[in-house]
Amino acid sequence: MTTKQLALVIDLNVCVGCHACVTSCKGWNNAGEAGPLTDQNPYGADPSGTFFNRVQTFEVGEFPKTETVHFPKSCLHCEDPPCVPVCPTGASYKRAEDGIVLVDYDKCIGCKYCSWACPYGAREIDESQKVMKKCTLCVDRIYDQKLPEAERKPACVLACPTSARLFGDIHDPESEASRAIREQGGYALMPEWGTQPANHYLPRRKTEKHLHADELVRHDNPLKVDGKLPRPDAGEPALDDVTSW
Amino acid sequence: MNPAWSVVLFTTLAGAGQGLYLALFAAQAGGRLLQAGMAIALALLGAGLLASFFHLGHPERAWRAAAMWRTSWLSREVIVLPAFMALVLAYGLMPGMALGALGAVACVALFVCTGMIYACLPFLQEWRTPLTIVNFTLLGCASGLTAAAALAAWLEPALARPFAQAALVVGALAYLGRIASLARNARLRPKSTLATAIGVKHPRIRQIAQGAMGGSFNTREFFHGRPREVVRAARWTLLALVFPAPAALVLAGPGSAPLLAAAFLLQYAGLLAERWYFFAEAKHPQNLYYQSIA
Ligand code: SF4
Ligand code: SF4
Repeated sequence: MTTKQLALVIDLNVCVGCHACVTSCKGWNNAGEAGPLTDQNPYGADPSGTFFNRVQTFEVGEFPKTETVHFPKSCLHCEDPPCVPVCPTGASYKRAEDGIVLVDYDKCIGCKYCSWACPYGAREIDESQKVMKKCTLCVDRIYDQKLPEAERKPACVLACPTSARLFGDIHDPESEASRAIREQGGYALMPEWGTQPANHYLPRRKTEKHLHADELVRHDNPLKVDGKLPRPDAGEPALDDVTSW
Repeated sequence: MNPAWSVVLFTTLAGAGQGLYLALFAAQAGGRLLQAGMAIALALLGAGLLASFFHLGHPERAWRAAAMWRTSWLSREVIVLPAFMALVLAYGLMPGMALGALGAVACVALFVCTGMIYACLPFLQEWRTPLTIVNFTLLGCASGLTAAAALAAWLEPALARPFAQAALVVGALAYLGRIASLARNARLRPKSTLATAIGVKHPRIRQIAQGAMGGSFNTREFFHGRPREVVRAARWTLLALVFPAPAALVLAGPGSAPLLAAAFLLQYAGLLAERWYFFAEAKHPQNLYYQSIA
C-alpha cells in the first residue's frame, strides 16, 4: 500500500454527461504517442470505433420519481487486476511505480483473453491495429516535463467542465483524490469480484434546503410592509461604517 | 459470450485428437493402426492449431504467448500443445511405454490447460466449475474413442468392438457430465447486477444511453446476438448428437467402419453445437453496461 497508485475519482453528483472527457480522450490518444485509436466507418451508417472512455446514462427509479445518472466508464486500474495474469505474452502489465495498468502494443497478439478477464468491459480491441487498447491514464502526458505542472493530468480531467474528475495518488492519504474518497463516500464498482479498482466514484447526493418557520418571517420588518420602513439617508453611516465584523 | 468459430473448432478438433491418442495408447495398439491413428491425431491437432491462429490479431507474434506460463493458462496451453504434438509424432514413429506415458501426461495436461483457460475466470460463473475441465476431457475422450473404433474397424477389426464399447461408456459419462453442467448453469444467479455495476443501490435502474450509437467491441464480443430459438436449437442439437445419436449408430454396427465413421462425424457435429453453446451460454458481467445486448 505504500507505493503510488494513480487513479481517477469521478463525481457522479456533478457529471452532466456532456462527453467532453470522451472527445478529449479520443483526441489526445488518437494523436498522442500511443495513437492512432482507430474508427471503422466513422461517417457511415454503422459507425464503430475504439474508445478508452465512454459516458453512459442510466435512469434510476420509476417515473415520475426518477433520477438521471451519467456514468463515465473507463479502465479502473484495479489494484488486483484480473486482466493482467491471464495475458499469455506479458503485453498487459501493471506498473509497479504508479499502479497504471498498460498494454504493450508491440507485444500484444490480439488474443482478446484479457478483455474476457475484465468484468467491466474496459478493454477494447483496435479493429485496425488488431491489438488490445485501454485507458492509459494519459501516461504520455502526466509525466511530461515540457508541460506546465497544472497540465500534467489526464486529458479527460482537464477537459471536464464541471470538475467531476479528480486525479491523484489514492495511496497518499493527503491527496485530493484520497480525501474525496474518504470524505464523500467514494466507492468501487462491482466489489464482489475483489479486483479492488483504483478508480472510485462519488455517489449522487441529495441537495436539500431546510426552511424553518422563522425563516419565512422577516424579523426586521414587523409591519410586513417594505416601503414603510424608515429609509436611511444616503449620507447616513451604513452598518459597515460603524461595526467591525 | 460470442462464440468464435476459431476457438470452437480448436477445442473440438484438438479434443478429438487427444482422445484418439489416449485411446490408442491405452489399448497399446501397434502397427498400421497406430501409425494411421497417430497421423490422424496429428492432423486433428494441427487443424485445431491452425484454426486457433485465426483467433489472433497478430498470429505472427504467436511465439510470444509462451512467455507468461507462470500466471496464464493460455500461455501454458501454448507450450503444452506443441510439446504434445511432438510426443504424438514420436510415439507414432517409435512406440514405447515410457514415451507413450509421457504423451498421455502431456495429453491430460493439455485438457487441463484448455479447461482452465475458461474455468479460471471468476466472474464467468457458467465456466467457473471443475465440470468445465471434466467435460472438456470426457467429451474429447469420447470423440477420440469413436474415431479409434472407426479406424480399428477398418485396419484392425479385433479392436473395433472394445473401442466401440469404451466409446459408449465414456460417451455416456461425458453426456452425464454435460447435463450436470447444464443443470448447474440453469440455476446460477448472477453475482453482479446493475446496482453493483454502477454502484447505485436501487432496484430499478434502466440504461438510457450506452456511450455510442453504433456498435462497439463491447457489443460484439460478449454476446452471441442470436435469437433465443437458435440458442435453444443448439442445446437440443448437443443433447441429441453428443451421445444418443452416435451411440445408436455404434450399437447398430459396432464392427462396421462406415457406421462408426458416421457416428464420429455425427458426434463431432454435436460437439460443435456443444462448444458453441458453451460460449453462448456464458453471461459476461460487462453486458450489464450494454443493456441493449444483455
Ligand atoms: S478495469 Fe478491467 S482492464 Fe482495467 S485494470 Fe481492472 S480488470 Fe483490468
Ligand atoms: S489481447 Fe494482447 S494484451 Fe490481451 S491477453 Fe492477448 S496478448 Fe495479452
